[in-house]
Amino acid sequence: MGQLASALVTMILGVMGCAAYFYGSNFLLDKIFPTKSGAAADVARNLRVANNIRPWLFLGPAVLLLTFYLFYPVIDSIRLSFYGRSGEDFVGLANYKWLFSSDEFYESFRNNMLWLIVVPTAATFFGLIIATMTDRIWWGNIAKSLIFMPMAISFVGASVIWKFIYDFRTGGEDQIGLLNALVVFFGGEPQTWLTIPIWNNFFLMVILIWIQTGFAMVILSAALRGIPDETIEAAVLDGANGFQIFYKIMVPQIWGTIAVVWTTITILVLKVFDIVLAMTNAQWGTQVLANQMFSWMFNGGGDFGRGAVIALVIMVLVIPIMVWNIRRANAEMEGR
Amino acid sequence: MADVKLTNVKKIYSNNVEVLKDINLDIKQGEFIVFVGPSGCGKSTLLRMISGLEDISAGTLEIDGVVVNDVPPALRGIAMVFQSYALYPHMTVYDNMAFSLQIAKVSKADIDQQVRKAADMLQLTPYLDRLPKALSGGQRQRVAIGRAIVRRPKVFLFDEPLSNLDAALRVATRMEIANLKDSMPDSTMIYVTHDQVEAMTLADRIVLLSGGDIEQVGSPLDLYEHPANVFVAKFIGSPAMNIVPCRIEQTGAQTLVSLSASASIQTPIVTESSEQAKPAFFGIRPEDLVVVSAEQESLFSGEVSFVESLGEATLLYVKIPGADDMVIAKQAGTLNIKRGDKVYLSAPAEKMHLFDEHEQSYLRKG
Amino acid sequence: MITSSKRTPLTFLVHATVLFLVIIWTIPTAGLFISSIRDKNQLSTSGWWTALSTSEQRLVARAHEPKKQVQEGDRFVIRGNLFEGSAGEVTKFGSSSLRPDEFDVGTVAELKKGETLQVMENGDYAFSSPVEWKGSRGDRIFYTAETPPRFTLENYREVLNAEGLGKSFINSLTVTIPATIIPILVAAFAAYALAWMRFPGRALLVAAVVGLLVVPLQMSLIPLLKTYNLIGEFFGVGSKTYVGIWLAHTGFGLPLAIYLLRNYIVGLPREIIESARVDGASDFDIFRKIVLPLSFPALASFAIFQFLWVWNDLLIAMVFLGNDADHMVLTGQLRELLGSRGGNWEILTASAFITIIIPLCVFFGLQRYLVRGLLAGSVK
Repeated sequence: MGQLASALVTMILGVMGCAAYFYGSNFLLDKIFPTKSGAAADVARNLRVANNIRPWLFLGPAVLLLTFYLFYPVIDSIRLSFYGRSGEDFVGLANYKWLFSSDEFYESFRNNMLWLIVVPTAATFFGLIIATMTDRIWWGNIAKSLIFMPMAISFVGASVIWKFIYDFRTGGEDQIGLLNALVVFFGGEPQTWLTIPIWNNFFLMVILIWIQTGFAMVILSAALRGIPDETIEAAVLDGANGFQIFYKIMVPQIWGTIAVVWTTITILVLKVFDIVLAMTNAQWGTQVLANQMFSWMFNGGGDFGRGAVIALVIMVLVIPIMVWNIRRANAEMEGR
Repeated sequence: MADVKLTNVKKIYSNNVEVLKDINLDIKQGEFIVFVGPSGCGKSTLLRMISGLEDISAGTLEIDGVVVNDVPPALRGIAMVFQSYALYPHMTVYDNMAFSLQIAKVSKADIDQQVRKAADMLQLTPYLDRLPKALSGGQRQRVAIGRAIVRRPKVFLFDEPLSNLDAALRVATRMEIANLKDSMPDSTMIYVTHDQVEAMTLADRIVLLSGGDIEQVGSPLDLYEHPANVFVAKFIGSPAMNIVPCRIEQTGAQTLVSLSASASIQTPIVTESSEQAKPAFFGIRPEDLVVVSAEQESLFSGEVSFVESLGEATLLYVKIPGADDMVIAKQAGTLNIKRGDKVYLSAPAEKMHLFDEHEQSYLRKG
Repeated sequence: MITSSKRTPLTFLVHATVLFLVIIWTIPTAGLFISSIRDKNQLSTSGWWTALSTSEQRLVARAHEPKKQVQEGDRFVIRGNLFEGSAGEVTKFGSSSLRPDEFDVGTVAELKKGETLQVMENGDYAFSSPVEWKGSRGDRIFYTAETPPRFTLENYREVLNAEGLGKSFINSLTVTIPATIIPILVAAFAAYALAWMRFPGRALLVAAVVGLLVVPLQMSLIPLLKTYNLIGEFFGVGSKTYVGIWLAHTGFGLPLAIYLLRNYIVGLPREIIESARVDGASDFDIFRKIVLPLSFPALASFAIFQFLWVWNDLLIAMVFLGNDADHMVLTGQLRELLGSRGGNWEILTASAFITIIIPLCVFFGLQRYLVRGLLAGSVK
């Protein structure tokens, strides 16, 4: 109970502090530069000053936080990648040389590429299929809700769920893992799935696909519903069958949305680390970049230089998507 | 006095587009002024500059003799009724009307009194506790007006307030606005619309804008009867005035013009001799044209291309030899004229208009 | 709406496929939940899909340790019950894992060195030996039993108390609630400024937010960890504090929050905001009295996002809050258990269910807002 109380107090203090800043700073601004009464000339001047200051009162905390938590670290990571394990002695390109001669890096890079190809493709594909089909049946919303559900589950929680499915029992014991039970049921030999090289990566990817399909489905379903009915009706009159309508009429119209879904999942895949850490701890050839970075950061006291280099690799992979996003946002702003 | 005076007012956007070129306008207290013009002519921008929502790039704006270029909207003594009504969707009708007074820290009792008075005037009292979404379009419009009234502004600004209403309601609300004006004879009202009927019915004076310039300022009938140029002539009146290119054959008190075909027309319009042989535009309103028989003297003759029977009137689209556009004649009632028939059209001399090669009107005698 | 002409066969196929996919998608979670309320002995020996059946199960139990033996005549006997109080019916038994059905129930099995084992139908067993039992652990008894399904909340009781999950639960709440509310406040103000206020550099800031949207967290960890250590030393409070993790989550959540809220706020009718300005409201008034109430759906969407994200986060909690028992959040605890209690599925399933129950409730309760937020954030 004591813990609960102190937790409550910290929570309230934290939130109140934040609210107090906004109220306080704006109150002060209105007091120093009153704009609601007084001589017209004064008001005009005060208003101009206040209008120049107020955006920064509103933006201040956000800009500070973004700078401290995202912008500065990116810069500092670049710097650290040229420094040694403690981040104090300059080592030039040594970390990069190490990286490109390390087998582990190639393993994780290869695995990451596999993840990047398989997960976004599979999740988008399933999402699109399910979105199309659920839009046509009366219990579609319930189905969607259930397929969307894994989205709420943490990667660690999902790992437990799936580890249970991949569970393996030796000898003649009954298999309590669903997958092995099925294999046995169909007369096969039970396997320790998570230790089979290369394939184990796919067993891990299944988890992320399971989680992300719902996301793809929800967004694509909205896009599909945004397609004007007239275009579909016109295609029906033109004699197209169901599949032709899907591939030639519907998919091209939501191409932009598919790209957005794809890139969103791609970014998520690049950052994924919880699943690998929890499922295999990167053993049996399942290492990925994000997890490798994490282990260099902490294991054996940590090596900040090498960790930073790996982080930079992830960043470089993300940059094309970032540029594309910014372009899109700019085009959209001009449209307004 | 709540005069509004604009002197050399300009609006230039950051990308150097000049949306208002050089506006000079004197609006007297108690006037009902309508800014009218096609979309993109700058009429809404001009209104928003008066309201203070847009900056004034150059020139001065005076309200009540005070330059208010830098005064925030709330302190200009104006109130605005928006096209979409802009009611605060999360506040009741009462709170919507009270909002500006609450911001101005008026006492609760005063707010209550003002809001109730305005609500009474607009028959909104039964709806004070409702949210805007529970009101009909016309009621929302009245709330928007009520919100303006409680501020007791010197100048009311209306930005196309009727364009979101259906046709029947638009007529009713138009009359309400006219009544509102009558009940507040001291308030200046500036009203923006693209609908010439609203402009004609409501305005004391119309300001017709086009391409960032004022084309003509005057009373509705003045604009109808004495359009200053072809643009005004075509904008006011429906169907638009027929404009036929012609050539000035003879100047003087009675200008003689010839259409590109053989016909020539004697107009009671004065022209200087320097205008001799210049190209010009002859104008006649469809409702001023009458069908005459072949023997009678006529202005034009031609073949009927279309007949539109509207019941109360018939529109004849007549192809005149030598003119690119068809001439429209509006005749009362129904006529026994078919497509392909040849008709002769005539008009009273005093209804004729003549514009010079720059599309500006020649003054008409008398 | 489409292909109404050939409704029957195609529609049937669609129904069947969707049903199939829904089952695939829900079965993992269902299995977890069912397992978590099963008796732990049943759980470790039979698949959860058999939970409702009384069918034969091959089970194993360990007899009492030798110190509970009693001397009966010239023999040393260990007695006990395989089911330890619960119901069940033994049909066969054996002493080796290879032949668990060697003996019929009730017979006295002759084992090596003159030892005998008898197991009765109700689970009573008697190990008997001519010499004294040695060692600290009892022998294993393999048996086939018909056990009725047994469901229990015992697993939950155990993980909440003994495994420290109750404490982690409160830690998770302490992290999550402020880490959800603070970014909303900060982002809402920033989003309003970026949407409706005029100041130099606005377009640049919007572009920066969009850019930061995809910056991988991993980039930030090392520099931040160093800075946190410095700040912690300076104030003498240690680097792992709740304030630290709130701010970290706020920082990392801000790009999405600002982006999402700005997209919503910029879509509010311009005339409403102008009308408020004509009515004399300052930007702060407009934000508080007009924009904030009207943005409720977007705020709710982001709140759900951020809540799920923070609650489910493992990485930031491990880096900025640490792994000591006092500060461990649920995800961290669960991952710890995966390492230390990897085989104890009764613990893992119950713990996992505790960590996912809150997000699932939030998910099903507020799905509408979540979907709306997803759409606002992506389809543009």
